[in-house]
Amino acid sequence: MILNVLNDPNFKVKVGLAEMMKGGVIMDVINAEQAVIAQRAGACAVMALERVPSDIRKEGGVARMSPVRIIREIQEAVTIPVMAKARIGHFTEARILEALKVDFIDESEVLTPADDEHHINKGDFTVPFVCGARNLGEALRRIAEGAAMIRTKGEAGSGNIIEAVRHIRTIVKEMRHLTILGKEELVHEAKLLGAPLNLVEWVAEHGRLPVPNFSAGGIATPADAALVMQLGAEAVFVGSGIFKSDDPEARAKAIVKAATYYKDPIKLLEASEDLGIGMAGLDISKLPESELMASRGW
Amino acid sequence: MAKRVGVLALQGDFEAHERAISRAGAEPVQVRTAAELAAVDGLVIPGGESTTMLKLINYMELWESLRAFCAEKPVFGTCAGAILLATEVLNPSQASFGLIDLTVERNAYGRQVDSRVVDLEPVAEFGDRVGEGPVEAVFIRAPIIRRAGPGVKVLAEYAGDPVLVEQGRFLVATFHPELTKDSRVHQLFLSKI
Repeated sequence: MILNVLNDPNFKVKVGLAEMMKGGVIMDVINAEQAVIAQRAGACAVMALERVPSDIRKEGGVARMSPVRIIREIQEAVTIPVMAKARIGHFTEARILEALKVDFIDESEVLTPADDEHHINKGDFTVPFVCGARNLGEALRRIAEGAAMIRTKGEAGSGNIIEAVRHIRTIVKEMRHLTILGKEELVHEAKLLGAPLNLVEWVAEHGRLPVPNFSAGGIATPADAALVMQLGAEAVFVGSGIFKSDDPEARAKAIVKAATYYKDPIKLLEASEDLGIGMAGLDISKLPESELMASRGW
Repeated sequence: MAKRVGVLALQGDFEAHERAISRAGAEPVQVRTAAELAAVDGLVIPGGESTTMLKLINYMELWESLRAFCAEKPVFGTCAGAILLATEVLNPSQASFGLIDLTVERNAYGRQVDSRVVDLEPVAEFGDRVGEGPVEAVFIRAPIIRRAGPGVKVLAEYAGDPVLVEQGRFLVATFHPELTKDSRVHQLFLSKI
């Protein structure tokens, strides 16, 4: 293999920042004011966006990288890491975000894809990338391209946790399956997964991904955050769920507590007290196929 | 019996520290409550976001129990942990336990694109205590120690700034020894317990 990402020293630095975000909550924000609220509530990072996914869904049109001015204002407003999204395959948007010194790039299905076959060759960059995945094969293809963090896609902007649950359960189940296979079976499994054999072997040996495995797409309550973490996610992204609720700061704090005390029902109860109404949410089974964001990515 | 070493598991790379503690021959224990803290012999405050950890310490009213623990037992802080243990924090100023006489500037190397891996040459005493040879140091959006008080012993420097220091039962690294296979820095901490 020409480049094995797992032996690249720069990869250690990229995965290192992802490690620092474990047990935390990464919050979508659209301006400096929201970023300050997120930091004050205890976010471990913010994702700078022009529109949150539920508005992208509502308003339609092409969703692109955020305007530079918004990202800069957010970078100046907070001390925690600032992430930003680039379109799938749009490596020049990614180069601009890298030049802007964002701390992490999300090559995201929430934006309109720029390439319907290829993702960005992320190993070429100094800045780390996170990518969405619905299953193990997709996760390992993204890691082979250089992603330093994987998150479930879920269904962004839906306020509905069912897809994130499906994706984290699928990834965990597929990893568990690899750990009981013989070496010759892994070659066949790599073929079925459409993933490089060296990464399939690594997962078979360790029973986990070689990068942190987070969850995103539909988390709207402390209970949602705790659910995906109990299913194996190591941290959560919350998009529309915070700033589309009627009590953003209280909800942000509650989800931060839930991400730490996800196994403790009493503390989860305390975190869930006194919250107002969450975002409305969508029944994903009633959405037409063309409106699903999770099916973007290859 | 193996030493029981707590890792503050509010947020951050606490699992990497657990693996490093196991490699160094002790038993790691995740600490999220005062009761869990009371059952360990020493504590590691991991890397992560110091602002997030401070929020959770406040939300969960852990401040006093952590302070009481630190008044008696050995504590090791890496990166965000170093920030929480220092007497003074800059960029911006924020609350800390003030246990080791340091002034620490947050995010002082810059953003993630300025993060790096370097080889450190520790002082001879480090080698005498846990073994000679360079230490691979992973710096992630790291702080810089701008001032070390007279009671602080510097064990390693990078680019003229102290990066591994100790004062009595406290050990501080601005880098992440838990992200490498080398367990000497963790062994040094275990020798204090």
